Amino acid sequence: MDLAVFTFDVLLPALMKGLIVTLQLIACSAPFGFALGILVATGRQYGGRLISWLCKTFVFLIKGTPLLLLLFILYFGLPGVGITFTAFTASVVGFILCNGAYNAEYIRGALISIKDGQMIAARSLGMSRWQAIRHVILPQALRRAIPGLSNEFIYLIKYSSLAYMITVIELSGAGKLVATEYFLYTESFAAVGIVYLVLVTITTVAVNILEKRLAVPGMARGTTAAQL
Amino acid sequence: MNDNDCVLRVEEIHKSFGDKEVLRGVSFDVRRGETKVFIGPSGTGKSTLLRCINQLTLPDQGRVWLDGEEVTNSGARINHFRQKIGMVFQNFFLFDHLTAVKNVELALLKVRGMSKAEAREKALTELRQVGMEDWADHYPAEISGGQAQRVSIARALAMDPDVILFDEPTSALDPELTREVLEVMKRLAREGMTMLVVTHEMGFACSVANEILFMENGVVAERGTPDMLMHDPQFTRTKDFIGRFETYRQGD
Repeated sequence: MDLAVFTFDVLLPALMKGLIVTLQLIACSAPFGFALGILVATGRQYGGRLISWLCKTFVFLIKGTPLLLLLFILYFGLPGVGITFTAFTASVVGFILCNGAYNAEYIRGALISIKDGQMIAARSLGMSRWQAIRHVILPQALRRAIPGLSNEFIYLIKYSSLAYMITVIELSGAGKLVATEYFLYTESFAAVGIVYLVLVTITTVAVNILEKRLAVPGMARGTTAAQL
Repeated sequence: MNDNDCVLRVEEIHKSFGDKEVLRGVSFDVRRGETKVFIGPSGTGKSTLLRCINQLTLPDQGRVWLDGEEVTNSGARINHFRQKIGMVFQNFFLFDHLTAVKNVELALLKVRGMSKAEAREKALTELRQVGMEDWADHYPAEISGGQAQRVSIARALAMDPDVILFDEPTSALDPELTREVLEVMKRLAREGMTMLVVTHEMGFACSVANEILFMENGVVAERGTPDMLMHDPQFTRTKDFIGRFETYRQGD
């Protein structure tokens, strides 16, 4: 088969379908992974002893489990105890848990970096603990967590390929199927690689713009010492 | 003294950190419109005392009353009392991610539940009070320490507090900036704001205070009007302290 025909009639349409699934996986996982990260980090840092311990244990368990194994447990293991997910749902749940746990650590680092005075001032004005966290601490901490969180988001783009291992035909899976059918491994996987690279590039640029727009004088990017 | 114009009552406050007993029974009443100034060597519990009043530090013993209601042991209602007890800190503690006007607005919106327009108007009014309305849209990192402290005073004023606690408000500032902050505080005192001030600024204390409380080793060692403490021969420790202090300052 002519390479042009293969590329435009076979490979790209297949990869496009796969890309849509990959984007769906990311779109369903990232927002909840972000929210979970905030909850777990805040719970660990500001929760009572029990909540703090639960959050810590959650992060410990997820960190200690290969994501692939987590997906196997969710998809193949849970039906054994009566919980059945579709492959897509199992992937999304796995990604949320993994993304959330790592996000939590980045956010916790940022929470620790916020000086006590911010909480003291907020409480002295009559804000509840939660209001202080919500309106004073988190807006500052999340800004500081952006580099870490964007890193984790980029990981998510790439580890979404693991969904293929539990039968979700996303970008990598689509490439693999075409490659094996036509015995054109180099071309197929190179094309897949380029698509991931494009996704990561778009993310990097978007994060840069976001970081600039959220920058506050004196905080992180905005400090004058950054020029030293 | 008429009980009605006693806005704040502090009774027998004790506080220890570990083995160190920082406050060993401090009591006083504050009348509406009065300015009380606390002076004394470092580490004698002046700042801790202020924090015990609005329960940022929980006293081990003793009670605090605001307008006849008990502030100590008030549970969740403490947030209600803290709105009425403003506080200004040595290091300003402005919210770093918010502009000056938003620093003042935040609690109006979230605690007082004002509308955006109302909160903005109130915030700008308070900034005008401290001469910072032209800096409303600047972030804390973009203004001087004196300006930041004036914004933090506006932030406290915006809650319409019954009393404001000043915890060494000028200790982080150079003399020039100190002056601009003290000017604002003097005006507040003249306008009838009730203030408790921990400071080392003796000039300010003497010109503004209705009463000076000299604290040493966790208790009020001497107290009286500035005139009494400076001139009445029965008070020696305050004069000693100020004398040492001034000598040090001149040698600086």
